[in-house]
Amino acid sequence: MEPLSNRRKVIEAKPLNFMERIYLPAILKGLAITIKHFFRKPVTIRYPEEKREYSENFRGQHSLKRDEHGRERCTACGLCALSCPAEAITMISAERQKGEEHLYREEKYAAVYEINMLRCIFCGLCEEACPKEAIYLDGPHVPSDYLRKDFIYGKDKLVEAPLNQ
Amino acid sequence: MGLTDILIKFGLIVIIFLISLVIAMYSTYAERKVAAFMQDRVGPDRAGPWGILQPLADGGKMFLKEEIIPTNANGFLFIAGPSLAILVSCIGTAVIPWGQQLVIGGHVIDLQVADVNVGVLYIFGVVSLGVYGIMIGGWASNNKYSLLGAIRAASQNISYEIAMGLSIIALLMTTGTLSLRHIAEQQSGFWHGHWFTWNVFSQPLGFLIFLICAFAETNRSPFDLPECETELVGGYHTEYSSMKLGFYLFSEYINMFVSGAVMATLYFGGYNFPLMHHIHSPNLVAILGVVVLFAKIFFFIFFFMWVRWTIPRFRYDQLMDLGWKVLIPLSIANIVITGVWITYFK
Repeated sequence: MEPLSNRRKVIEAKPLNFMERIYLPAILKGLAITIKHFFRKPVTIRYPEEKREYSENFRGQHSLKRDEHGRERCTACGLCALSCPAEAITMISAERQKGEEHLYREEKYAAVYEINMLRCIFCGLCEEACPKEAIYLDGPHVPSDYLRKDFIYGKDKLVEAPLNQ
Repeated sequence: MGLTDILIKFGLIVIIFLISLVIAMYSTYAERKVAAFMQDRVGPDRAGPWGILQPLADGGKMFLKEEIIPTNANGFLFIAGPSLAILVSCIGTAVIPWGQQLVIGGHVIDLQVADVNVGVLYIFGVVSLGVYGIMIGGWASNNKYSLLGAIRAASQNISYEIAMGLSIIALLMTTGTLSLRHIAEQQSGFWHGHWFTWNVFSQPLGFLIFLICAFAETNRSPFDLPECETELVGGYHTEYSSMKLGFYLFSEYINMFVSGAVMATLYFGGYNFPLMHHIHSPNLVAILGVVVLFAKIFFFIFFFMWVRWTIPRFRYDQLMDLGWKVLIPLSIANIVITGVWITYFK
């Protein structure tokens, strides 16, 4: 058959020659390799005390942003839910009432906003789709939990803390 | 023999016993650390600073685990197996000369529990008893994996004991004594006249054979077939739990310590070190000698671990091939060469 690449190497099962059969040279070579590693710096990151540096564009847990006056930016347009390939986002919109102008920036807001973290694949398409710059995947890792229902994150976990706190 | 002498001997026995237990404990820790460093990891570091209390935590775990004796196991032998294993590995230290004589307040203290004039034979006998602990435990478990592991251990130990004995015969031909104390004294210093005094330099092939056999006798990798996890679950200690398992693991590490001590005494000059004749205080020489001997033993223990994390396990037929077709003829050839050398060059 025509080889797919030029890296193919034919390996024959040759009987061992004398130097190979007495094992000792190979053993010494192996011992040299392991002792070299013995003095090498360990690659371990001692997790709870040390943490790995994340990349600049690491995508972690979502957060729903507030604007410069501390109002929620989300207007519940649903573009994030529409763009989501894993169908992890769901929301119920509501109309802003009189006197709620300091809470929500637009006339319409998300009364319920839920992301199922078990479905989410952290692709970041929701943050690309959002016209209001309301959602970013700038949080830490989503922690583990015991029950499936606890992985459905509502607004209590997603919305940023208010500015004045 | 006065009361003080008896007390001194008793104290020495207790100290050596404790030292071998502590060394066995910390060998488990050292093993994990060495393994970790050789694989670019850090190893246990949670219990105490650098994980130094890890052996205590492991020991506590072992004691508190549920003790299981399988229904169809032979109850008496099931308990006798690990007891025998640990007993036999502990009594091996009795004839090792730990250092020269100490003189404190007119009392001469022999740093050796018993200067048996057949010390080498004693060690040999004790080492070959070790297989009974494994054999009895494996048989009493009433489990086919345990039995297979035990049978492997027995056949392996018997095969390698022959080569080991033959390699020692060549050594004994040059030393002319079976007493470990005398063998150690003969290797005094490092350089005498025109050649090294340590036996390893007059018996390099014998030492190599002895070393390989020591790996097999202590069931260490690459000859750890009796407990090879991939084929036999846990080998002879599959059914063991709690401190009975701990005894088996412990006895392996004590065996390592004893065989390190024997190798250091027989081939690497025991408590002797270079330039020891230039120190004029005999007590200082004795204490330094003990330190040097332990350094040599620790090196051998490290070497056991180093090899374990380097070489893959032998296949069973390769093991038998190596023992019977390579090591035994080689050690017989070594005897012949030694004989010729003694006849014509000494």
